[in-house]
Amino acid sequence: MKAGPSIVVIGIGNEYRSDDGLGIVVARRLRERFLTKITVLEESGEGAALIDSWKGATWVMLVDAVHSGAPPGTIHCFDARAAQIPTGFFHYSTHAFSLAEAIELGRSLNQLPPHLMVYGIEGENFAAGVGLSHPVEQAVEQVVERAATEVCEALKI
Amino acid sequence: MPTQSLSAERARRMKSSTIKVDYLARVEGEGGLTVKIKGQQVTDVKLRIFEPPRFFEAFLRGRKFSEAPDITARICGICPIAYQMSACHAMEDACGIKITGPIRDLRRLIYCGEWIESHALHVYLLHAPDFLGYEDAIRMAKDHPDEVKRGLRLKKAGNEIVRLLGGREIHPINVKVGGFYKVPDKKEFCALAEELKWARDAALETVRWVAAFAFPELDRDYEFVALRHPDEYPFNEGRLVSNKGLDIAIREYDQNFIEEHVSRSNALQSRLKERNSYFVGPQARYNLNFDKLSPLAQEAARGAGLGPVCRNPFQSIIVRSVELLYACDEALRIIENYEMPDAPAVKVELRVSTGYGCTEAPRGICYHRYRLDDRGVIVDAKIVPPTSQNLKTIEEDLGQFVQSHLVIQKDRLQWQCEQAVRNYDPCISCATHFLKLHLESE
Repeated sequence: MKAGPSIVVIGIGNEYRSDDGLGIVVARRLRERFLTKITVLEESGEGAALIDSWKGATWVMLVDAVHSGAPPGTIHCFDARAAQIPTGFFHYSTHAFSLAEAIELGRSLNQLPPHLMVYGIEGENFAAGVGLSHPVEQAVEQVVERAATEVCEALKI
Repeated sequence: MPTQSLSAERARRMKSSTIKVDYLARVEGEGGLTVKIKGQQVTDVKLRIFEPPRFFEAFLRGRKFSEAPDITARICGICPIAYQMSACHAMEDACGIKITGPIRDLRRLIYCGEWIESHALHVYLLHAPDFLGYEDAIRMAKDHPDEVKRGLRLKKAGNEIVRLLGGREIHPINVKVGGFYKVPDKKEFCALAEELKWARDAALETVRWVAAFAFPELDRDYEFVALRHPDEYPFNEGRLVSNKGLDIAIREYDQNFIEEHVSRSNALQSRLKERNSYFVGPQARYNLNFDKLSPLAQEAARGAGLGPVCRNPFQSIIVRSVELLYACDEALRIIENYEMPDAPAVKVELRVSTGYGCTEAPRGICYHRYRLDDRGVIVDAKIVPPTSQNLKTIEEDLGQFVQSHLVIQKDRLQWQCEQAVRNYDPCISCATHFLKLHLESE
């Protein structure tokens, strides 16, 4: 961890399940842009590991695929400090313990970082394979730009 | 205590879990349960679960023998080591080699890691809320933060073992037929050993904590099946034994067990050919191997009020906690005695053969059989995960439990039925966590 406000971007997903890997793609693009100025993590989405991943950080952004029934590429943004994350919004390949549950458990344990934003992008194709579908790729570009702006503000650059 | 609003909340969550399950590569479907009652009689119990490893058996055909551990590890994110170990042992059996010394010890160690992470998750985050009257661990954490934090840290300690030996904690990539790609030197275990000393104390505390829970009564004439080894509590090796006379080599599995398709479900159910349902997992291991637990684990079990045999499946949470303690204790023993091997793996020489492997996954025996051709290509594969072996027993438990508790309030009964399913920590935890129970009265 760096001195001062530690900024952590966590991309969640499985890059071998098509659009499920969008969080990983966003994370990697932000890593290319900010290099060592921020911490970028790639996570499978296992809940207990997630709670641990943001420990000690002051500014955290999570990015994950969403399947809520909205059109593919729809961007959802939640301020996890302000309100509860709708359970069932975020799914991924783990047992019993999802991102939403990890955040809520973190809230119960007073282990949420002071700033916690969650970006969800509606996926289209979650079949085995690599690469993002077209509407998701476009949304990923938008989220990267929005996230980059927010990271710059947090870094005061 | 469950209430009407809790029931509504569960129904709401059940709907959303349908979507959730669609995303799980390993669990393509939802867990559902139907109990039919006619008058005062339970007439039917159906547990419906999809059985994803079938696909793996098909696409293992035509792959090299060396790919089996990494392919089968993908069956499950919680117990990949079990699949890797069973695959390795089956391939080594086919090739006529036996792993000994430090590599064998490291296999036990990585298995300890998987048991610790899996058991800690189940005891603290999935099962304890049932006993303490909470909808889930999130709500439980508000009143029991220290316990939940302890559970999370215990789970992490298990993850760390898997990460160190497996390369990463989910779907590890360092296990191969014949051993490992790379093994750590002794000093790499230093930090881990310190954390495991904490974990051992925490596991002891876990046993004490769960022993104080209130347990619904259920006692049936089970046939417990587990590995038994002459010198150790079983992980990777042993004979398959039961409390009703089964005592066979692993390669005799298919002659004694059968998988059957039940028309209502995509799941296969296993049974003993000669008798019927059987019970695998921590409680089976414990009941058949109590004498092989470490003195510390035995003492903790006795302190928790358990004898060498524990038959009430609701007390499985105590047994699972005793195994959690044992796994910490055993991991520390292995680390203390570890000497780095000269080579991380032994050379494997191929031959046309069929290999059999069975190891003790956190949830019970995980059986693999592979037939190889002269190029080491898999011609035929069979994988039997623990959960499919417990399905009949779970259904029978539910039938008897509901029958003897018909008088209690429906919400309470639903609650305890879900708890009864979780006694077995089925490896579709996510599906059963959102179990939909239909109680149909005619």
